[in-house]
Amino acid sequence: MFRRLPDARSGLVSLTIDGAACVGRRGDSVAALLLETGHAACRKSAVSGEPRGPYCMMGVCFECLVEIDGVANRQACLVQIAEGMKVTTGTGRREVTP
Amino acid sequence: MNRLSGVGELPSTCDLAIVGAGPAGLAAAAAAAERGLEVLLLDENPAPGGQIYRGLADSPAARRELLGKDYQRGDALLSGVQASRISWLPGASVWMASSDLEIGVSKDAVSHIFSARHILLATGALERPFPIPGWTLPGVMTAGAAQGLLKSSGLVPEGRFVLAGTGPLLWLLAYQLIAAKAPPLAILDTTLPTMRAGVMAALPSFLGSPYLLKGLRLMRKVRSEMRVIGGVSELRAVGEGRLRGVAYRTRSGQAETIDVDGLFLHQGVAPNINMANAAGCDMRWDEVQLCWKPVTDDWGRSSVPGISVAGDGAGISGAEAAACLGRLCGLDAATRLGRITETEREKLAAPTRDLLSRYARGRRFLDLMFQPPATFRRADAETIVCRCEEVTGGQIAQTVADMGAIGPNQLKSYLRCGMGPCQGRLCGLTVTEMIAVARGVPPAEVGHYRLRFPIKPVTLAEIASLPHDEGDVRAVVRE
Repeated sequence: MFRRLPDARSGLVSLTIDGAACVGRRGDSVAALLLETGHAACRKSAVSGEPRGPYCMMGVCFECLVEIDGVANRQACLVQIAEGMKVTTGTGRREVTP
Repeated sequence: MNRLSGVGELPSTCDLAIVGAGPAGLAAAAAAAERGLEVLLLDENPAPGGQIYRGLADSPAARRELLGKDYQRGDALLSGVQASRISWLPGASVWMASSDLEIGVSKDAVSHIFSARHILLATGALERPFPIPGWTLPGVMTAGAAQGLLKSSGLVPEGRFVLAGTGPLLWLLAYQLIAAKAPPLAILDTTLPTMRAGVMAALPSFLGSPYLLKGLRLMRKVRSEMRVIGGVSELRAVGEGRLRGVAYRTRSGQAETIDVDGLFLHQGVAPNINMANAAGCDMRWDEVQLCWKPVTDDWGRSSVPGISVAGDGAGISGAEAAACLGRLCGLDAATRLGRITETEREKLAAPTRDLLSRYARGRRFLDLMFQPPATFRRADAETIVCRCEEVTGGQIAQTVADMGAIGPNQLKSYLRCGMGPCQGRLCGLTVTEMIAVARGVPPAEVGHYRLRFPIKPVTLAEIASLPHDEGDVRAVVRE
């Protein structure tokens, strides 16, 4: 749903999204890379379970929450991609297990 | 600027702590540092510039060119802070700025609390909520989001997409996307007719605005390159689990649908007041801009001693005016902390005040001209208002009517409205206006959510890891 202009010149960064290898540009936010790689939705609403995706891209809406390197509910639009990073999408309401 | 890498490098105290490195924060930092203040600049983003100058420092030449002269104007602000001894912590999430002038900040999952002698909140603006049916569908984003992606990553929407709503940013984005050879299919324009009472009365002052010619040229170019559908009402995002189309009614009443996979909404911006609100700064409702803003004096001082507010976070005035206001706040902090006299402050501020009045000219016309229609500022019964907790317009109306909820804080108790992670940023204005309509009173009487720190999510582990003394332990441990 987004494509890169040919002007990009920053270096490449390798990481995984849901286990799949993926390459982004240094300086990109996790949310930018999600959108470039077609992840319009990145989590489930904690109330209804409906899919949600990045909305404001400036840290105010909290729609782009994903798991990054094992830490849940990170704002993907405020975290820059890094080499070897593991991004997990699709998480929703936390289950309480006895 | 001295770039800090983590909260461990923060001092235990500083003269001036500035929250936000947009035009207001940067101009304030430069002015205060020049007068010898120890300045600490905290910002959530990886690079300075705020949303307006996002990505500017590293922008490739071709991208700077297509984003235009107003974007490049940020160079002066960035170079103004380069040489000075300002400490800058990027990627920092400020979760507290208290009335006793303590700042709580988190970076890389570590928090730190320090005290400042003066605090400037330069938290900028956020896009006004646009609660239409389907606005939570993946594929629906704000126009600001699209512009941010273009600025920071050189990403442009591809496939079938439209822009919808009203306001200068919508036209600017269309213009920039044309330059990037990624024009939208159309603009669905919800702007009310210009020839209406109040708007025309404000026109004469706008004739002297620096934004007039620029705006007209830009709109003419956009109109010549794409379909602009005016007088749009009943806008809806359509799809199951994913945006598939946008439906609307034309000025003549015809129902239309366009198949799209991207919809970028915008109906103006409003001050991001969460920090100022939680700090206890008095707020007032702006009848023209239709939003809350902190009460400030001529120098940006809020009702809380030692806390100032500058830039769009103090009321929407644009990037150039924000830099002026920031500079005034920086000079005022130097006066308050005894570095310059009031007379020196007045003298140094005079040229800035002249510039500020130039940029303020005609603002009222822009505010009235692009005032979002009432139907798009409220939600119908089935439409989600609070995106986090999925509270609908119907639930809000019913709770006011049946349960006697008089303001947003009661809606928290009854519906959890505004209690999700965004803390009312995406629903607050809608909720205030909807309660006002239901009760038949002005929004000023309804009020806003009472917000509390931490205003950004922080883990319990981070809070527990903060240094604590014996008194803190006694307060929570049962003997």
